[in-house]
Amino acid sequence: MTPQMTITEKILASHAGQDSVSPGDLIEVNVDLALANDITAPLAIGVVKELGANRVFDPEKIALVADHFVPNKDIESARQAKTMKEFARGYNIKHYFESGESGIEHVILPEKGLVLPGDLVIGADSHTCTYGALGAFSAGVGSTDLGIIMVTGRIWLKVPATIKLVYEGHLRPWVEGKDLILFTLGRLGTAGAVYKALEFSGELIKRLSMDQRFTMANMAVECGAKNGIFEPDDITHAYLEHLTDRKGSFYYSDKGAVYDQVVNINVNEIEPQVAIPHSPDNVRPISEVDPVRLDQVFIGSCTNGRSEDLRVAAGILKGRSVARDTRLIVIPGSPLIYKQAIREGVLEILLDAGAVIGPPTCGPCLGGHMGVLAEGEKGLSTSNRNFRGRMGHPKSEVYLASPAIAAASAVLGRIGAPEEL
Amino acid sequence: MEFKGRVWKFGDHVDTDLIIPAKFLNVSDNSVLASNCFADLRPDFVKNVQRGDIIVAGSNFGCGSSREHAPLAIKGAGISVIIARSFSRIFYRNAINIGLPILESEEAVAGLSEGTVLFVDLVSGKIKDLGSSEIFFSKPIPDFMIKIIQAGGLVDYIKNHGLLNPA
Repeated sequence: MTPQMTITEKILASHAGQDSVSPGDLIEVNVDLALANDITAPLAIGVVKELGANRVFDPEKIALVADHFVPNKDIESARQAKTMKEFARGYNIKHYFESGESGIEHVILPEKGLVLPGDLVIGADSHTCTYGALGAFSAGVGSTDLGIIMVTGRIWLKVPATIKLVYEGHLRPWVEGKDLILFTLGRLGTAGAVYKALEFSGELIKRLSMDQRFTMANMAVECGAKNGIFEPDDITHAYLEHLTDRKGSFYYSDKGAVYDQVVNINVNEIEPQVAIPHSPDNVRPISEVDPVRLDQVFIGSCTNGRSEDLRVAAGILKGRSVARDTRLIVIPGSPLIYKQAIREGVLEILLDAGAVIGPPTCGPCLGGHMGVLAEGEKGLSTSNRNFRGRMGHPKSEVYLASPAIAAASAVLGRIGAPEEL
Repeated sequence: MEFKGRVWKFGDHVDTDLIIPAKFLNVSDNSVLASNCFADLRPDFVKNVQRGDIIVAGSNFGCGSSREHAPLAIKGAGISVIIARSFSRIFYRNAINIGLPILESEEAVAGLSEGTVLFVDLVSGKIKDLGSSEIFFSKPIPDFMIKIIQAGGLVDYIKNHGLLNPA
């Protein structure tokens, strides 16, 4: 009898050249796409040079994206970006992206059709797990692993056991993918899935848009997971249709696949969720969160900087104004999303409301630039981490929520829900 | 491989933003990273850490961002080994890859306090409190990881032995 496998196990087996794999197996796999950014690439490039490699395994299977500190925030970060560019040109890296071609790595790579279902993607960035939304296996690593992949095209991995998350029911108004993943994080905890795969499934998931799936897969790492994955379906197919000629491989979990745990989540009672400082698993329903006064609201990042997110925010901000003592910073995740927001009138609505619009960058999410918090300031962000000092001064505070809660809170000048407007 | 040093004790979920805040990630130089290690969490760390000192921490050490700058900063500051109840997945790989020894031991973390002087034998996983003479054990590290650490990291391992095959 053929062994029964999960989607994660099937993708890993196919890239290891094996008929099957089981959790705990150490395997060596071929990488379809290796990714690094302006922070992690310089160290990885050092590894390539130290190994004496004068070429990479495949110049078409490496993506280098300038996104974290761009447009370069200071001389040092400019030097790092320059190191990456010189390497990209010198080694003929096809998918090198900067300025007008670039954007947040995990937003632009799917948009450019560089990740397909069934692919195995390894990136020197923890949020590489985002591509699981497309039915790909993707996981974050550090720069040494990435540097060695750039030379060899291969990496050893331990096959993770899978936690199956089954979402059933109907979403209440203003509840989005972000709320579902925050709720899930609250249940599992930040170490709840260390070394494991998360498989998002259930009737509700089949109705969820790609943008919301990206948001959920993106935060799998916040539970400690190696990867988060969705079985591809018609929605995935429709998303990919005009992006690329490559077909991809659609894998599905077998009926008899073995799971480490199955967690059933009925979404009928789930309210919009907020993660309280200083951990993303410190999650409460909005009705139980204090109406904390906010100095800054940020809508953007690889978690929530996509078109649907900006549309939700604009829907709430239309005809309204951002509170007087609150800054609203909106950053579209890519030039494509930026253009779409212009075409749809989304940016005009946001500007009229008093938002400042930034160029595509990771910037404020990691306290880099374009929205850093001062001592004692409180911010609400649609990004993925609210660790102590994450967005600025160690004595600042960050709350995490959806674009809907962020937009409503910007108008209220404090944490609140759209119903209060 | 044997180490002796004083304990710096940390709690659970020490994330890589706390180990090296992103404001210091505009450089890749190890000594600069080291001089900002734990800058916000424990400003006294860099001033008082001595070569060979040992970090003892709780669960999920190194969670969050994949930045390899975090174990590089810790190693550069002079820390010889980290003992924790558990590590985040990416930090674990990164630490081994750069040749920073790490051990998982529930009992050692529960039994050790700040400032204690320890003796650690990496290969056997034996941890001895030199004050009380109490002995703790950690989970054994797979053989191929010991070899990487002994080589000084994965890059040096590959330079000496060729590509790695753990399976």
